[in-house]
Amino acid sequence: MKYVLMFTSEPAANAATDPEAAKAVYGRIYQWFQDNADKIVDSGAELEPVETATTVKSGGIVVDGPFNEAKEIIGGFSVVDVPDMDAAVALAKSWPALELPGIAVEIRPMVVDYSQFE
Amino acid sequence: MTTRSSSDDRLAATLREESGRLVAALYRRFRDFDIAEEAVQRAVVEALTAWRRDGTPDRPAAWLTTAAQRNALDLIRHRGRQEALAARVAPSVSRDGTDDRIALLFACCHPALAPEARLALTLRAVIGLTTPQIARAFLVNEQTLAQRIVRAKRKVVSTRIELQVPETADLSERLGDVLAVVYVMYNEAFVSSTGRTQDRDLGADAVWLADVIATSLPDQAEAWGLAALLTLQHGRTAARFDPNGDLVLLRDQDRSRWDHTAIDRATGMLDRAATLRAPGPYQLQAAIAACHAEAPSWGETDWLQIVTLYGALIRRDPSPVVRLNGAIALAQLGPRQATEALADIDRLADRLDGYHLFHASRAELLRLLDRDDEAAAADRRALQLTTNEAERRLIQTRLRRHPLTDGS
Repeated sequence: MKYVLMFTSEPAANAATDPEAAKAVYGRIYQWFQDNADKIVDSGAELEPVETATTVKSGGIVVDGPFNEAKEIIGGFSVVDVPDMDAAVALAKSWPALELPGIAVEIRPMVVDYSQFE
Repeated sequence: MTTRSSSDDRLAATLREESGRLVAALYRRFRDFDIAEEAVQRAVVEALTAWRRDGTPDRPAAWLTTAAQRNALDLIRHRGRQEALAARVAPSVSRDGTDDRIALLFACCHPALAPEARLALTLRAVIGLTTPQIARAFLVNEQTLAQRIVRAKRKVVSTRIELQVPETADLSERLGDVLAVVYVMYNEAFVSSTGRTQDRDLGADAVWLADVIATSLPDQAEAWGLAALLTLQHGRTAARFDPNGDLVLLRDQDRSRWDHTAIDRATGMLDRAATLRAPGPYQLQAAIAACHAEAPSWGETDWLQIVTLYGALIRRDPSPVVRLNGAIALAQLGPRQATEALADIDRLADRLDGYHLFHASRAELLRLLDRDDEAAAADRRALQLTTNEAERRLIQTRLRRHPLTDGS
């Protein structure tokens, strides 16, 4: 079963995070990708900061900023393949950055069976 | 008060014994939780009609199995998904020999589901309640409830929440979620059913479920704690109402009407929990309930022991309602402690002002301290806030016995 893990953070909490603590966590994130290589189908991407976001809205209107005004912003994503939801939760729980304030991992199952759209 | 017949009780016992097993079995066969659950739900509805009309069949479990299997195949045909499903049919396996219903329960109480959906799904899939029964028992709109169940089932299927007992590392945390659902189930049933009629005794269902959990996971102290707690509370049910259906407070209950066999069973469960050396809030609450259950009267209750247990409970769970109950126990130790308890309760005012039992408890303590006018005012406030008919009548009676001196 494939899931997308979306790594989110809160800018306000980021600003308040001790840079040393953040640096230590980043080191372990690299290790996390190594350790879980067998479960990661696509390491996905780490995104440039949210200030770089541009959104194209319905009607072709181009605006500055992310698509919503949520407190959390998406910083990156990966595609994983694990047996079930419990395994996906266990993997998400091991994401090193969860030690830092304002960090969250959203789990979303990927559509793989397109027969329902036929 | 209840209009349940003994055949309704037999019917309920059969349904709750078989429903969860059947959902788990059909899931293992078809690997589709939605179809498995729906098929059993339809079989339950059919059974309620047919068994009341024709009497319970000789082999009720077989009857239900046949009906549920037929429904599952109908659902599969109807949804035109036979081929897709056929490819996914897996042999029936239960990983470690644990009761299949426990795996089902962990899925229904999964933290990825909204808390209110966990309760609804558990009642339907594990206990075999119908949606209208759940709506009546919990005083919720049937359509809202049905929607909630549909959404929850869709999430179980689309995110692949498996029917499985969690790994050891997560077991105790996940068990906490399961026990919370059973606890809420009992308390909601306890509150909303007072003085109402129902075709199912949800309190008995909750006791039964707590028992199934503890028996299946015998190394989990809190599972025994909850089973003991609910068994104790349920063992006092017969004395909670007088012949008019009026609520009788613990202090006034006829203790000979308590189910002493159940009480003995519960204290046995508590002893068993204690040997596991993992104390927790359910065990503490059960220990408090056991003190009451073993006391010959309100006056001869071991209040010191109860106050000590509340102290331990409050350290783990300092929620206002626990502190309120702790204060009431403290007040029984003497006038000095009653004054102290009243001060404790008054400190909770800003958080519990909208809770009728806060005002009712305050009234009790004020009366204990001979401050009858203030007690009556607190009772009137409680009366304004309670929506439960039996509790309203209790407070009204109390107000009549203590007429207001200010002429209102």
